[in-house]
Amino acid sequence: MAKERIVPVMSDNPMSFCPGCGHGIVIRLITECLEELNQLDNIIFPIGVGCSSLLGGGLVADRIHCPHGRAASVATGMKRVTPETTIVAYQGDGDAYNIGISETLNAAYRNENITVVTINNSNFGMTGGQMSWTSMPKQKTTTSPKGRDCELTGQPFRFPEMVADQFNIAYSARGSVTSPKNVNKLKRYIKNGIQAQLNGEGYSVIEALSPCPTNWGLNALKAMERVEEELVPFYPLGVFKEREENKNA
Amino acid sequence: MGDMIKGNIAIAEAAVRAGVQLYAGYPITPSTEIMEYLSGRLPELGRSFIQAESEVSSINMVMGASACGFRSLTASSGPGISLKQECISCISDEELACVVINVVRYGNGLGTLYSSQCDYFRETRGGGNGDYRCIVLSPESIQEAVDLMAPAFDLAEKYRIVTIFMTEGALGQMMEPCDMPDFIEPKRHSWALNGTYSNKKIGIFDRDSMKEAEALNKKHELIKANEQRWESGQVEDADYVFVAFGLPGRSVKGAVKELREEGHKVGFIRPITTWPFPEKAFAEVNPNVKGFISVEANATGQLVDDVALTAKKVINERNVPVWCLPCVYGVPTLKFTKEGFGRIINGELKEVY
Ligand SMILES: Cc1ncc(C[n+]2csc(CCOP(=O)(O)OP(=O)(O)O)c2C)c(N)n1
Ligand code: SF4
Repeated sequence: MAKERIVPVMSDNPMSFCPGCGHGIVIRLITECLEELNQLDNIIFPIGVGCSSLLGGGLVADRIHCPHGRAASVATGMKRVTPETTIVAYQGDGDAYNIGISETLNAAYRNENITVVTINNSNFGMTGGQMSWTSMPKQKTTTSPKGRDCELTGQPFRFPEMVADQFNIAYSARGSVTSPKNVNKLKRYIKNGIQAQLNGEGYSVIEALSPCPTNWGLNALKAMERVEEELVPFYPLGVFKEREENKNA
Repeated sequence: MGDMIKGNIAIAEAAVRAGVQLYAGYPITPSTEIMEYLSGRLPELGRSFIQAESEVSSINMVMGASACGFRSLTASSGPGISLKQECISCISDEELACVVINVVRYGNGLGTLYSSQCDYFRETRGGGNGDYRCIVLSPESIQEAVDLMAPAFDLAEKYRIVTIFMTEGALGQMMEPCDMPDFIEPKRHSWALNGTYSNKKIGIFDRDSMKEAEALNKKHELIKANEQRWESGQVEDADYVFVAFGLPGRSVKGAVKELREEGHKVGFIRPITTWPFPEKAFAEVNPNVKGFISVEANATGQLVDDVALTAKKVINERNVPVWCLPCVYGVPTLKFTKEGFGRIINGELKEVY
């Protein structure tokens, strides 16, 4: 029998994401994890600029809208003065990996004790589907109308793998929202990320591959398929930096 | 009289005593000693010091700490302050409180290492995008600087606004005897984010900008009415009134003293708050004054605009001429000011307004 899923009050509000968007699923998962970890009354969200901004309208929680790309630095300031408060930065790929790559990377470099959740939908959703550093080779966007030319624009890159490989961080993973199984896995990743922070283990980043049907010009179902068929082969799902306690489990 | 101490160190220690809980910054001459000093001092007290990867990042760290209700600080100079403007605008928009120290150095672009006041316009107008002001404090001495540090935070918190602490390279680098203020333990602001959602917010797309504009204007009016600070002298019978702030302001006081001894009826106004501009000081000026003279360490003359606007407001029945003596960088000597004055009264220097 199907279990009823109760959405935490914190995220149980209309937030005007497009139908079929992945943002809503991810924010629900974050709040479910916070509930299970008893953090609903102890959470601040530094929010990025992008469709993440829509959280501002519906999230019933302490939050602040950060300058575009700088959420990891804002999170750092928050965590240093209130180490007992859980801080989850919520950002799109354009926000975290394009304009904000310096702040995002340097928080990982310092192994700052914060959790960063990035929504990778391979384009700039809010501004109408421009190319992002995570756009796929040949992907058509409004600023790569003939398809992304990687010779000129660079290659898409994998942030969670990069910081797992280069820096002494606590936890890094990538999930997706394309199936109940993947959603459950993604939830586990997010929970591990927040748990790492609660334990003071250091920096955690969870990237969620997420459809943007509106700017991809696909319906909700086809957009989910594109995540599976085009994104997952380049952006593998899984854990790239495991927490010590899971290694021994 | 207290011990001799270097300006930047004194300012940093005053910030510690004012209860700064977090400092984040990136090195740049001539402000660097502030962060060097705090890198040892703050951890000693169990507080936070962060060497950030950039000025952009550091001011965002300050925004985070400030949102959580703690006194937070950053300092920089020249292009470093330019990089902070995006976030200063955001902090202003969110109505958070923090202090930003600008140890002003001369020049556009990368600039130079000379002491200067060339950032006057940017600081007094709110340097980022949008339509906001910051309270700007401009001390003339190390003693005044340390005495203004706690008020800098008090004002920021009272009005939920950014306070720009605008000093000059020379003030940061020089040494003077100075009495340090006492330690205070500020309370965490009641409007802070603390994880419990005790202060309700609305989303950016639900804002009523018309209502916000009204509230912002009210706040600015209140600040202008209540927070003007200045020092002035001998303006009631003055034929000419000098206006200068910071180190040039201090130097001009010396020039006024000598010119008086030589028989010239001159006075001075030294703004301590450069925003709000001390318009009230002008109300005390001789109604028959022959002119105002701004003395400033920049190339093109900036303060002179505010002097002219205020002169127009206070003495509105006639057009009082306003001159400018810009010394470009450094601190104007008494000789510089007196020679400039001589050229003005001999009709050799054209007024700006
Ligand atoms: C400094 C600055 N530059 C540009 C913008 C315009 N802008 C808003 S959102 C955005 C891109 C967001 O894309 P992403 O982070 O991928 O989030 P998504 O909307 O796809 O969830 C841009 C360029 C801005 N708000 N601020
Ligand atoms: S534009 Fe894309 S990312 Fe933004 S809400 Fe719509 S589907 Fe989601």
